[in-house]
Amino acid sequence: MLTGLIAQLLNGVQYGLLLFLISSGLTLIFGVMGVINLAHGSLFMIGAYLAFGVASLTGSLWLALPVAVLGGAVFGAVLERLLFRRFRTRAHLDQVLLTFALILLFEEGRSALAGNQFHSVPVPAVLDFSVPVIGGFGYSAYRLAVLAICLLVAAGLVWLIERTRIGSAIRAAAENTEMLNLLGFDAGRVHTLVFAGGTALAMLAGALAAPLQSVYPGMGDGFLILSFIVVVIGGLGSVAGAFWAALLVGLIDTLGKAYLPQAAGIAVCAMMAVVLLWRPTGLFSRT
Amino acid sequence: MIVASRPGQCVLGAAALGIATMPLWASAWHMQLVSAALVAALFALSLQVLVGATGLVSLAQAGFFGLGAYTVHLLGSPPVWITLPAAMLAAGVAALLIGPLALRTKGFFFLMTTLAFGQMLFFAFHDTPLGGGTDGLFIVRPSLGFTVSRAGRPAVFLLLNLGVLAIVYGGLCWLMSTMLGHALQGIRSNENRMAALGHNVQRLKLIAFVLAGALAGLAGHMSALTDAFVSPDLLGWHRSAEALLMILLGGIGALHGPILGAFALVAIQEAGSLLSDRPRLVEGVVFLAAVLFLRQGIAGWRLPWRTRP
Repeated sequence: MLTGLIAQLLNGVQYGLLLFLISSGLTLIFGVMGVINLAHGSLFMIGAYLAFGVASLTGSLWLALPVAVLGGAVFGAVLERLLFRRFRTRAHLDQVLLTFALILLFEEGRSALAGNQFHSVPVPAVLDFSVPVIGGFGYSAYRLAVLAICLLVAAGLVWLIERTRIGSAIRAAAENTEMLNLLGFDAGRVHTLVFAGGTALAMLAGALAAPLQSVYPGMGDGFLILSFIVVVIGGLGSVAGAFWAALLVGLIDTLGKAYLPQAAGIAVCAMMAVVLLWRPTGLFSRT
Repeated sequence: MIVASRPGQCVLGAAALGIATMPLWASAWHMQLVSAALVAALFALSLQVLVGATGLVSLAQAGFFGLGAYTVHLLGSPPVWITLPAAMLAAGVAALLIGPLALRTKGFFFLMTTLAFGQMLFFAFHDTPLGGGTDGLFIVRPSLGFTVSRAGRPAVFLLLNLGVLAIVYGGLCWLMSTMLGHALQGIRSNENRMAALGHNVQRLKLIAFVLAGALAGLAGHMSALTDAFVSPDLLGWHRSAEALLMILLGGIGALHGPILGAFALVAIQEAGSLLSDRPRLVEGVVFLAAVLFLRQGIAGWRLPWRTRP
């Protein structure tokens, strides 16, 4: 009972951290560019399929991680330059429809390239063992590695945004794009950078998640809804808010699925309702 | 919100008459296709009350649609004069519960919140015995008060759906000319000014949200009646997004836009599945083109000799 609970808690934290990788991109893209990206879940799915492709071609998941990050950055930059740049000042409705069209195109592209079957990606051999944790039960080493990688990425992201020159440009772009241009930065470049970064994070999350669950069509859907909830709870544009909210949502969703499977979907939404009643702009928003 | 001009109303009326005569000349399959388009139009029209009239983009609408459809099943299919008001009531009450919470937020947050609440309704039917399984189930049709033969069904449901759509469209045309309709459109153009003028913006928005929810429930009820089938997919957010596409395709600025858009979308989907193995790819390309190039929708097309407003 207790060991089961510890395992579920670890699962929840690890799930929440994956959720953070996805929702931090979502919250930054909206905070900086003012663009709603419903196709963010599909980017996660593409990352997982990319990992499946690389892992089955080369036999190594480790190669898939940099491929997902670099591929995601390039893909995101192209998407931003070709499409999202034009939709920055358009109505929310147009952004919803653009990204919904992208979801259809991404899903069809996936279906044409990889088919509609479920695939599984093996855990890397180096990490295919269990680590003894308190209470004498074993916990998957790969899951612990995912946990560590996500924490490293989170720390790197916070450092990048809070401590570097690029980070201050990103924060400035979220406040006022024109002012950023006046200060001699190229706001367009900052937007491309943020979108490329957000895409890379979502695809990295997909690649990391591939061995944990099956790789299947529509696997990004559940993550999309949950990361929207994370952004609402955490507060728009706040990376720290996204971090704590993602942990909270990850824990509630995982524990709910383990102990009260019928109410898990509703529990997370109910929590969001409570937060909205209490603080309509999210827990970590400045306003 | 533009209510169709007199020539426009005549064209809509002629099209409705054309549909009404379909039982005389069309095949059952064509009548079912048009029936599906009529239900889709009713659903998109319910969303237009929020999007086009009030300026609120909601992704929870499919939840109310599915709730209306499931009401028929959950009540055990009593006669239609019980299921129809019950479906509208159930969806309206759900909107009344969700609305005050969702309307605390604006813009992007409103979108996300309605998405989450819509999915909550979806989970309520998908994960619990309430929905009768994730694949959906066939239901008993409520009695219409007279017996309908199997062969007569497509015609009867076509006329029924046409009648309901005509009544709802007429009602909304009237609503848009009332003080309430003007106040809602005022919120769309400038919310702060409406508040400064002394209108209770929050309450007006809630009225629009509940009305739209109840009408979506009606659309769901008609869908259950027509197809005799309900599934949790009816509540999924993809359906809400599709209704938004119908509105954009038909024209966001016109009350009849969603009706044009629904017919266009059903035609595109049908043509897509007839012409290619990948209908959703065709659909995606059409939507991308629509959002990039078709800013005013079909209702924004003008005959060449008429100047644009």
